Amino acid sequence: MAFASALKCRECGREYPTDPLNVCEFCFGPLEVAYDYEAISRAISRERIQNGPLTMWRYQDLLPVDGDHAVDLQTGFTPLMKAPNLGRLLGLDHLYIKNDAVNPTNSFKDRVVSVASTKALEYEFKTLACASTGNLAGSVAAHAARAGMNAYIFIPADLERGKVVGAAIYGPTLVAINGSYDDVNRLCSELADTYPWAFVNINMRPYYAEGSKTLGYEVAEQLGWQAPAHCIVPSASGSMFTKIWKGLKEFEDLELIPKVHTHMHMTQAAGCAPIAEAYEAGVTRVRPVKPNSIAKSLAIGNPADGYYSLKTIQESDGDATIVPEDEVVAGIQMLAENEGIFTETAGGVVISGLKRLVERGAIKRDEVTVAYITGNGLKTLEAVEDTVRSVTIDPTTSSFEEQVLNA
Amino acid sequence: MGVTVRIPAPLRRVTNDQDRVEVDAENLADMVDAMEEQFPGIKERLIDETGSLRHFVNIYVNGEDVQFLQGLETAIKASDEVSIVPAVAGG
Repeated sequence: MAFASALKCRECGREYPTDPLNVCEFCFGPLEVAYDYEAISRAISRERIQNGPLTMWRYQDLLPVDGDHAVDLQTGFTPLMKAPNLGRLLGLDHLYIKNDAVNPTNSFKDRVVSVASTKALEYEFKTLACASTGNLAGSVAAHAARAGMNAYIFIPADLERGKVVGAAIYGPTLVAINGSYDDVNRLCSELADTYPWAFVNINMRPYYAEGSKTLGYEVAEQLGWQAPAHCIVPSASGSMFTKIWKGLKEFEDLELIPKVHTHMHMTQAAGCAPIAEAYEAGVTRVRPVKPNSIAKSLAIGNPADGYYSLKTIQESDGDATIVPEDEVVAGIQMLAENEGIFTETAGGVVISGLKRLVERGAIKRDEVTVAYITGNGLKTLEAVEDTVRSVTIDPTTSSFEEQVLNA
Repeated sequence: MGVTVRIPAPLRRVTNDQDRVEVDAENLADMVDAMEEQFPGIKERLIDETGSLRHFVNIYVNGEDVQFLQGLETAIKASDEVSIVPAVAGG
């Protein structure tokens, strides 16, 4: 906390105190946490980080809250696994999977919510709330339970069962809305102006978003204190994509890692790809779309960080890939069958997007490549149910031989 | 009776803390001009130098994002509800 000095408008640069604010009163630009990097650079070191907890809180010097009082479900420091089988299949010698599906509520959202809920307690809010495409719902509900707070969770009514149950079990008030995520978001913006609640992705947003930087820090540390050549990242609002890049650049600026030459590649599914479409069209204004995608966790038609995501692509000399809807499940299967990791639809978008990137020569065989898997497959069983088979038999050797071995 | 416009918290300093205002206007561009007369300074917060809606401002007419309608040229009538909503991060 000591190092977060202000909130600063990303557009016009106006500064605000570190209050529960998210929008600049003058230009509506998003506010971002500003830090005293000189003080951080005097305090931080590889050793200090390595001596910290085996969670995202080892990076607390670069987070905008007091880590000693964190609402902490032991999130983060998830495995960075070498993926030799998938690498061989795709033609990559140094492919890694950042498996963030193993967080406490099975998605990367625990990183942002751990920060946001800690901040909400600091501000003495009693209620945590969010608009969610599913993963955030479960994470907010769990952190509210842990923190002893009330929770209001707003989701589109058509979400996968696993995400609905996976949020409801923690005992929040769960409200399904007849509409898309963008409708839910608009409603929540209005509610956030009316009720004194901490909406993690509205009035807590500047703090919330910082949690995703830890996905950049961890990968750099786990690669032996260096940034990868390529990051493949799924995008909905684009927030995480920009924050992974910010995390890598902060580590570079603090001289914790050598100069960063990472190319940031965003992947979106064809049924909701507003940022990637703007990239392909060569424009900086993201036109909203009406989502119709199997990848519901990425189905944000009006992405708040679309503009900054395009800037991240430009700064990092990366790109954006649109994955056809009918390749999403194939991506899930490829990862499961080759590396033993079962991801949700967003991860299928990442793996199929990665395949496309390699095929078009954007990634070379000998370059260190990290694919970000940010959610667990058990949350989106509906997407793959029809592709798997099992056999039911009587408990006899003969039925096993007849119906399985010799079938 | 005019069109009702919902004002988000960050703009309420300009609208003297009113969370709804009423204006007479036939389309959104007129609406913004009419609001500017009542509440000087509001227009520059919504519209950029090129006359377009700012990047991080969303306007909805009866719940529909005007980017799916006719943008600032979208027609409005007395019974409509217009919402001004800042862009929100993902979930």
